[in-house]
Amino acid sequence: MENFTPFSALAGGLLIGLSSALFLLLNGRRAGISSIAGSLFSFRCVDPGWRLCFLAGLVLGPLLIGKTGWLPVDVQVNDSLPLMAAAGLLVGYGTSLGSGCTSGHGICGLARLSKRSLAATLTFMLSAGITVYIARHLLGAGS
Amino acid sequence: MVLALSALLCGTLFGLGLYVSQMINPGKVLGFLDVAGQWDPSLLLVMASALAALMPLQWFILKRSRPVCTDSFQAPATNPIDSRLLAGAALFGIGWGLSGFCPGPAFSGLIYGLQGNIVFVGAMLFGMWLFHILHRPKR
Repeated sequence: MENFTPFSALAGGLLIGLSSALFLLLNGRRAGISSIAGSLFSFRCVDPGWRLCFLAGLVLGPLLIGKTGWLPVDVQVNDSLPLMAAAGLLVGYGTSLGSGCTSGHGICGLARLSKRSLAATLTFMLSAGITVYIARHLLGAGS
Repeated sequence: MVLALSALLCGTLFGLGLYVSQMINPGKVLGFLDVAGQWDPSLLLVMASALAALMPLQWFILKRSRPVCTDSFQAPATNPIDSRLLAGAALFGIGWGLSGFCPGPAFSGLIYGLQGNIVFVGAMLFGMWLFHILHRPKR
């Protein structure tokens, strides 16, 4: 567990929880990122403005703190473009079909003790874990 | 206008959280998903910490008759646990496991301008669009 970073995890998680609470208090909504983005493509989408603003904030937050040079985060992103395209497609379609992602089901849904969100969270954790196991340990793709 | 400003504020705070927790790094997320490797439990602690903040706060918030900037709280979905929910979650998990990206960090990570990240976000938005085309309500 040499990669474990408990303090940054606790602090960052707290910010995510506070953001979700604030969004519920101000806008009366659950901060599920896939729903906020996905509904932009709905034919009944009458409120693209705040959705785009939330997504802009997701970029603005890291940009602001990144500029300060405080807490530098190094990122490892897979550079196989076909693989990233396939993964993106699965994430976009899957979160729309399943009505949520890590934030919508994993945080907001679990916070209100939704059985539906618990089932979804366990399912995507399991399927992601199996995928990583196959990719890294059976096919030996880069770690 | 007010709803847009508050959404920008909440999105910014959420993005800060993803950065500080390092969940903006797909390599870190894959370290959590790789239980058989050098397991990194950080993601679990991020979720626990977010829940510990959100659960008590939402209890107070939902005692209010209405949110601050709009008329009513959005009612959560009450659908049953069905094959659609589980199939969607399973497909999402495969994409998450292949890339280390879920939607939030994929957007936040755009600040680094990496090709793999940009392609991922494009394909993800295409997948969301495709879903709405295929499941277009019949009239």
